[in-house]
Amino acid sequence: MVDLMSSGSVTAKLFPHPLNAWYAVAWDHEVTSKGLLARTVAGKPMALYRTGDGRPVALSDACWHRLAPLSMGTLVGSDEVQCPYHGLRYNSAGRCTSMPAQETVNPSAMVPSYPVVERYRYLWVWPGDITLADPDLVPDMHQMDDPTWAGDGLTIHAPCNYQLILDNLMDLTHEEFVHGSSIGQDELSESAFHTRVEDDGSVTVERWMLDVMPPPFWRKNIRDRFPDFDGPVDRWQIIHYYAPSTICIDVGVARAGTGAPQGDRSQGVNGYVMNTITPETDRSSHYFWAFMRNYRLDSQLITTQLREGVRNVFAEDEAMLAAQQAAIDANPDHEFYSLNIDAGGMWVRRILDRMLDAEGRALAGPVSEPAR
Amino acid sequence: MTTQSLPDWATGRVLASTAVARDVRRITIARPPRGRAAPGTHVDVRVPLGDATDVRSYSVVESDDDGGQITISVLRVPQSRGGSAFMHDLAAGDELAVTQPLQNFPLRVGAPRYVLLAGGIGITAVAEMARVLRHVGADYTLVYVGRSRERMAYVVELAELHGDRLVLHVDAEGTPLDVAGLVRSVDPQTELYMCGPIRLMDAVRRGWQDSGLPPANLRYETFGSSGWFEPEEFVARIPQRQVETTVRTDETLLEALTRAGVDLMYDCRKGECGLCLLDVSCVDGTLDHRDVFLSTDQQASGRSLATCVSRVATRAGSGVRPAVSLTIP
Repeated sequence: MVDLMSSGSVTAKLFPHPLNAWYAVAWDHEVTSKGLLARTVAGKPMALYRTGDGRPVALSDACWHRLAPLSMGTLVGSDEVQCPYHGLRYNSAGRCTSMPAQETVNPSAMVPSYPVVERYRYLWVWPGDITLADPDLVPDMHQMDDPTWAGDGLTIHAPCNYQLILDNLMDLTHEEFVHGSSIGQDELSESAFHTRVEDDGSVTVERWMLDVMPPPFWRKNIRDRFPDFDGPVDRWQIIHYYAPSTICIDVGVARAGTGAPQGDRSQGVNGYVMNTITPETDRSSHYFWAFMRNYRLDSQLITTQLREGVRNVFAEDEAMLAAQQAAIDANPDHEFYSLNIDAGGMWVRRILDRMLDAEGRALAGPVSEPAR
Repeated sequence: MTTQSLPDWATGRVLASTAVARDVRRITIARPPRGRAAPGTHVDVRVPLGDATDVRSYSVVESDDDGGQITISVLRVPQSRGGSAFMHDLAAGDELAVTQPLQNFPLRVGAPRYVLLAGGIGITAVAEMARVLRHVGADYTLVYVGRSRERMAYVVELAELHGDRLVLHVDAEGTPLDVAGLVRSVDPQTELYMCGPIRLMDAVRRGWQDSGLPPANLRYETFGSSGWFEPEEFVARIPQRQVETTVRTDETLLEALTRAGVDLMYDCRKGECGLCLLDVSCVDGTLDHRDVFLSTDQQASGRSLATCVSRVATRAGSGVRPAVSLTIP
């Protein structure tokens, strides 16, 4: 008989993060050749900068000598960082190139230089085994810089475990309760949704609300494209999860009954909510998001309005996530229970658990069911 | 890719020990897993020396996925103080104290081109690097130098894995390495990783320096064990402390002076950090600088000595017992 894995580890409240993965560390514009940026990814403090020719670099943020943070240091020449404390210098490969008061350099002296990829307006770092750092594994967020899409986003420094954010995004039922004034509507919790694991390993959660009145956010959007629009819409939310922590949500509304569920979205507006969550520590996360759209591409006004609108919506999530983490920490003896609406989030947890297992870091081994 | 961490001693159990070349045994040890050993790592093992114990470092030649099985290879050294002899006597089932893999010779992935240079048993430090570079599709050459094929471990396996990327130089077959030619073939973007006898590494270091290649691209591992001369007994004096002692062949100058009651500062004990330097006031014999802290010019000046690794040898043609007088600066 098949041994079912205990779900006890998968519903862990403080979920560990895989290390063998690309994580967004910064927006492209945040890292420059003018100075150093300190940021922690997956528990690893990094000092970020660009070389003179614009190549991004992520060094471990602790000098080899006495661990002073290199991010407090200075850039020297086109490639090197100088430690703020005793002046040791490192090149972009992390090699020490100069030590004070001696003619040689200790051959052991180096700091880790993490693999970095610049893609989709983000810089991505790989905190794990460098020999596995394949740039093709960066999750697909092509809407971020595809000329047929426009939009912008921001970063939330969320005081919670990264998995709580993934749970939040994999089940949008919460919109009805958390975002009642903007995107929530009663039909959210009333409409059926379908969860499936795709051949490429991604997870999709699809929900359609047919013939409903658009909430304020969507009424505004569809009127941006069709100024005289009035009446009911078919609304969709199609969530795409890419391991370990990227979620791109295909969202939109179209005039009810014009064929959107069958693929004709010509009478509607389409957005993509781009989210990639980077664990900082066990209890904090860098949450990079953007809202992209594929209509009225030339309107900076709409870009700004959508960014600010989503910023306000996500501030409601941030407050809830912070409160949830605090309640988790305040109730160490209480466990999580799952609802039917958690199907997407539970698939995410199982996929993450398998990634951790492959790294030899699973929460718990399989638990055999008693034979009957 | 992490740098040096604190040693975590555990009891290891020998799973197998087999001869892989003349005087070289391949030893596989089981220990609590700490993740796959990264290329360039070594383990420290505790070896008995008479009544005491000492620590020896051996590069990890192979690791399983979780690092629960570590393979090293040990050359039996003729002047062994007992360390390599002890290691050679190990058989399956024996236990010994061993650390987790420790890193101070990390491989950087991402350089446009690599040369890995191994002399003799130094192959143990670069074999895993070569395997990883092949795995990630890097452009690399593995240069393996030895006195004779029977003394060179893993030649067949390496040839099978690396094909044309393996270049062998065997003294006994009349194909010695041309160090100058090797350095000339290197461009400023190439990273060279080497491990081998001091004469080989010193020749490469000098060639590297003379050709103006970036010093940071030359990486090497030294366990401070190899010198220009065979170890000899010599006399060490520190007149300002009224100390005179004989440094035996099986101990370092630092150990002998400490044994004689001199409280000296040191840290790395492999000739890298420079904390154990003493000034040389007078020497009968030839200084055998085995450190990598002093520059070539500083070593040639003979003004100071890294006591943790360096020694004094008899001057050629002289019958005088080697001796050195030192000053604590």
